[in-house]
Amino acid sequence: MSNHASTYEPKSATAKWWDERLPVPRMMHDQFVDFPTPRNLNYLWTFGGILTFCLVAQLVTGIVLAMHYVPSADDAFNSVDHIRRDVNYGWLLQSLHATGSSMFFLAVYIHTFRGLYYGSYRAPREILWILGVFILLAMMATAFLGYSLPWGQMSFWAVTVITNLFSSLDAVIPGMGTGIVEWLWGGYAVSGTTLNRFFSLHYLLPFVIFGLVILHIWALHVAGQNNPTGLNIKTKSDSVPMYPYAVAKDAVALFAFVFVFAWFVLFLPDYLGHADNFIEANPLVTPPHIVPEWYFLPFYAILRAIPDKLGGVIAMFAAIAILAFIPWLDRSPVRSTKYRPIYKWFFWLFLFSCLALGYLGSKPAEGIYVFWARIFTAYYFAHFLLVMPIVGSIETPRKLPGSITDAVLGKSPVRAGGGVPAGAAAAPEDR
Amino acid sequence: MTAYRTVVPLRSALAALATLVCTGAPAIAAGGEVAHIDRHEWSFAGFGGQYDRNQLRRGFQVYKEVCASCHALERVKFRNLVQKGGPEFDDEAVKALAAEWPNQISDGPNDEGAMFERVPKLSDKIKGPYKNEQEARSIQNGAYPPDLSLITRARSVHNEASWYIHVPMMMRDILTGYAEGGADYMYALLTGYKEAPEGFHLAEGMNYNAYFPGNQIAMIQPIPEGGAVEYQENAGAKSSLEQNAKDVTAFLAWAADPSLNERKQLGWTVMLYLIITTLLLYFAKKRIWSRVKH
Amino acid sequence: MTADVEEPNRRDIVVVAASAFAAVGAASLIWPFVHQMNPDAGAQALASAEFDLSPVQEGQAITVMWRGKPVFIRHRTAAEIETAKNVPVEELPDPLSRNENQPGTPATDANRTLEGHEKWLVMVGICTHLGCIPKGQTLADAKGDFGGWFCPCHGSHYDTAGRIRKGPAPRNLDIPPYTFLSDTKIRIG
Repeated sequence: MSNHASTYEPKSATAKWWDERLPVPRMMHDQFVDFPTPRNLNYLWTFGGILTFCLVAQLVTGIVLAMHYVPSADDAFNSVDHIRRDVNYGWLLQSLHATGSSMFFLAVYIHTFRGLYYGSYRAPREILWILGVFILLAMMATAFLGYSLPWGQMSFWAVTVITNLFSSLDAVIPGMGTGIVEWLWGGYAVSGTTLNRFFSLHYLLPFVIFGLVILHIWALHVAGQNNPTGLNIKTKSDSVPMYPYAVAKDAVALFAFVFVFAWFVLFLPDYLGHADNFIEANPLVTPPHIVPEWYFLPFYAILRAIPDKLGGVIAMFAAIAILAFIPWLDRSPVRSTKYRPIYKWFFWLFLFSCLALGYLGSKPAEGIYVFWARIFTAYYFAHFLLVMPIVGSIETPRKLPGSITDAVLGKSPVRAGGGVPAGAAAAPEDR
Repeated sequence: MTAYRTVVPLRSALAALATLVCTGAPAIAAGGEVAHIDRHEWSFAGFGGQYDRNQLRRGFQVYKEVCASCHALERVKFRNLVQKGGPEFDDEAVKALAAEWPNQISDGPNDEGAMFERVPKLSDKIKGPYKNEQEARSIQNGAYPPDLSLITRARSVHNEASWYIHVPMMMRDILTGYAEGGADYMYALLTGYKEAPEGFHLAEGMNYNAYFPGNQIAMIQPIPEGGAVEYQENAGAKSSLEQNAKDVTAFLAWAADPSLNERKQLGWTVMLYLIITTLLLYFAKKRIWSRVKH
Repeated sequence: MTADVEEPNRRDIVVVAASAFAAVGAASLIWPFVHQMNPDAGAQALASAEFDLSPVQEGQAITVMWRGKPVFIRHRTAAEIETAKNVPVEELPDPLSRNENQPGTPATDANRTLEGHEKWLVMVGICTHLGCIPKGQTLADAKGDFGGWFCPCHGSHYDTAGRIRKGPAPRNLDIPPYTFLSDTKIRIG
C-alpha cells in the first residue's frame, strides 16, 4: 500500500511459511503497527478509529437485531417492542443501534470538519476525500432506510416524505417522478411491501460502506496522513510508528467517545429519537410536526429553503455532491487553515451556517425561519463556489514551519524567500 | 474526561439559567394554547432514579379501577406485574387478578373448530374492553382511547425556547439525564381539567384541558378532585387527585419502560468503568508519548 | 521512571493496567450479544400449559404442544400397563426412568408415571436418537415390536412405558415435569 519500506520479519517458521504465501501479517505490521504517523496529530485525528468502531458496532448490533425483527407492516412495530421488552438485553441492543446511528453521524461530521479545516482533501488526497463523500452518502441512505424499520409514525411519514422527493422529477419528464416513486414503494402508497425491501437494502448497504471504508483506508495509507501543519512527512523525525503512539492516543479518544455514547444509551435512550415513533404507523394520520433525525436537519433546511419543489431537491443533493469538488475549488497554496488568516474566519462562518441550518431544519418552515434558512443556504454554497477559490487566490498565507519536527519543537518559521516556500506543502513530495 | 469534570458546576449553572428563562411562562395560557408544563420530581428520574414499588402498586390500582374501563395495556403481560423492577406483586395474587380480569382473551380454534373466550393466564396481555379500534370508536362517540402501554414514551413536552437558549437547554437536559417529558405531560394532562375560559368554544361532548393540544379532549376527567380510588392502609400514600395522577403516571412510565431499573443500575457500573479506563488509558498514553515531544 | 528513550517500556504498569481494563470491558460486552439468542422472557413464560384429558378414552392418545414440542399423553389399557410392569429393569437398554418429576430413579413402570395416575403416560414425543417424532399415537400407526412407539427415521422401538427396547436411541423417552390438577386436568411444566 504505502511507500515506506517493510520492516516486518517473520519470527517463527510458521510466520515465514505464511509470509511466503499470503503475507497478511506483513501487511498488518506495515500498515497498522509500523506505519509512520505524523508526530503532531491532535485528538481530531482520532475520529478515523472511532468511526471504524462505530461501523463495526452498528454492523454487529444490527445483525443481532435482525435475528428478532420482523419486516412486515403488521409485525414490525410489535417486534421492536418485543425486542425491548422480552429479548434478553434487547433493550440494550436496540438502544445501542438506534443511538449508534446518531453517534456515527456525530463522529463523521467532526471527521469531515477536521478534513475541511486542515485541508485534508487537497492533493494528493483527492480520491481519499471523494471516497469519504461516498461513504457519507451511503451512511445517509442506510440511516434513512433504517429509520423506517421500527414502523412508528415518524418512520412511516419519513419514508413517505423522502421518497416523494423523487416525484419532483415529474417537472422534468411528466410521469417519470411518479413512476420512480411507485417503483420504490412497490405500490401506490408506502406499505409493508416498501418496508420489506427497505429492510433488505438496510442490511445490504452497511457492507457497501464497509467496502468503501477499506478503499478509504487504503487511499489514506498511500498518501499518508495529513496533519495540523499540512506539511508532508519529510524525515524520520517527523513521524512516529502507529503502534504504540497513535494507537494509545486513539484508545483514549475511543473510550472518551464511548463514554458519551453510553451516556445516551443508558440514561437517555429516547433523547435522540422522537416520541411520535412510539406510536405505530398510521397511514391515515400525519403527526403535526414531522422532523428528520438531527443529522439530516441542515439538509432538510436547505430543501425547504428553496421555494421550488424540484429546485429544493436539487439543492439538497447538491449540498452533498459539491463536497466532491472542493479539492479543485480550493485555490490556496497551503493546506492547513491554521496558516490562512483570512480563510479562517470564513471557515468558522461556514461551521456556524451548518449549525444554524440544523436549528432551522427543526423549526416549522414559515416566516423568519425560511428567511434565515435562505441566507445560510446561500452562504453554504457561496463558501464552496466563491470563498474557496477567491480567498484562496488572494490571501497571503502565514509562513509555514520548515517541517513537522520544526513545528513541534517550536522553531521559528523559515524566512520568506529562503528555505521552504509557502507553496511547497501543497506540492506532493517524495521523500 | 474533561467533559465529566465540568458536569457538576456546569449543570447547576445551566439549570439556574434555564429556570430563569422558563419561569416567565404563565401557568395557564389563553384558550387554544397549551399551557407550560412543569417538571415534576419522579423517583425514576435522573441517573440514579428507580421505580418506587409501592407507587407502582398504587398506580396499577388506579389503572385497574379507572383507566382500564376504556384503555387497554396490551403490550404489558400479566407476568410482567410479577417481574423484578416492576410492581412485583406475588405470583398467586397476579394469577387471581388475571382470573378475575373483566376482559377475556379470545383463543382457538378449539377441537370443534370454534373460537372461544377464556380467562387470561400469566403469559397473556392485559386486554382492554374493546375488540378493535372500530368497536372502541363506535362506543366512545368516535373517540379512540389509545392503548396505554407506551404512552409515556409516545408523548413529550415541547419547550418552545428562543434560539439563544436552545443550546443551553439541550445541554442541561443531556447533562442531567432528563427523560421524563412523557411522564410530566401525563401528569399535567390528568390534573389539567379546568373550567373552559370565557369565550372558549367547546365542541359538544368535549372537555376543556389546559395541557391537551387544542385544549379540547374527548376523555372526561378520569380522576375527580379528592381521588378516584381507595388506597389500602399500608399503601404508603393517601388518595387524592394529585396522588392518583402521580401514581398512575409512574405505573405507565414503568409499563412503557420496564427495564429502567436494570438500565440505570448497569449505567452506573458502565460509567464508572469507562471513567477509570479512560483515565488509565490517558496516563498510559502520556507515559508512551513522554519520550517524544509533540 | 527510567525508561529507554528510544523504545517505550511496554511493560509499564500503567500501560498494562490500561490494556487489561480495556480488554476486560471488551470481553464483558460480548455477553449481551450471546445471551440475546437464549429463549426470551416471552418463551420462558410459556413454560407451563394446562390440558383437559376428559375426552381421551382408554386406549387412546393425544398429542399436545408444550414449549413448541409434541407431548404424548396416552390413556393406557390395563393390559398395556401389565406388560410394561412385567419387564425386569435389568433387561432395559436404559435403566433410568428419565422422569423429571423423580430424577435418577430406575425405569420401572411406576417411576415412569405419577403415583395415583398410572394409567396416564406423559412423555415428550421426541425420539432420543436424533429428534424425529415416533409413530404410535393413532390406531393406524405402526407401534413397533413392543406395542408402544416406533421411530421410522432409524428404527427405534419403544414399549408401552415409552422405554427404548431396540434400535439406536440411547435413552427412554423423556418425561416432562407435570402435575394433575384434578383427575382429568393436567399441567405440564
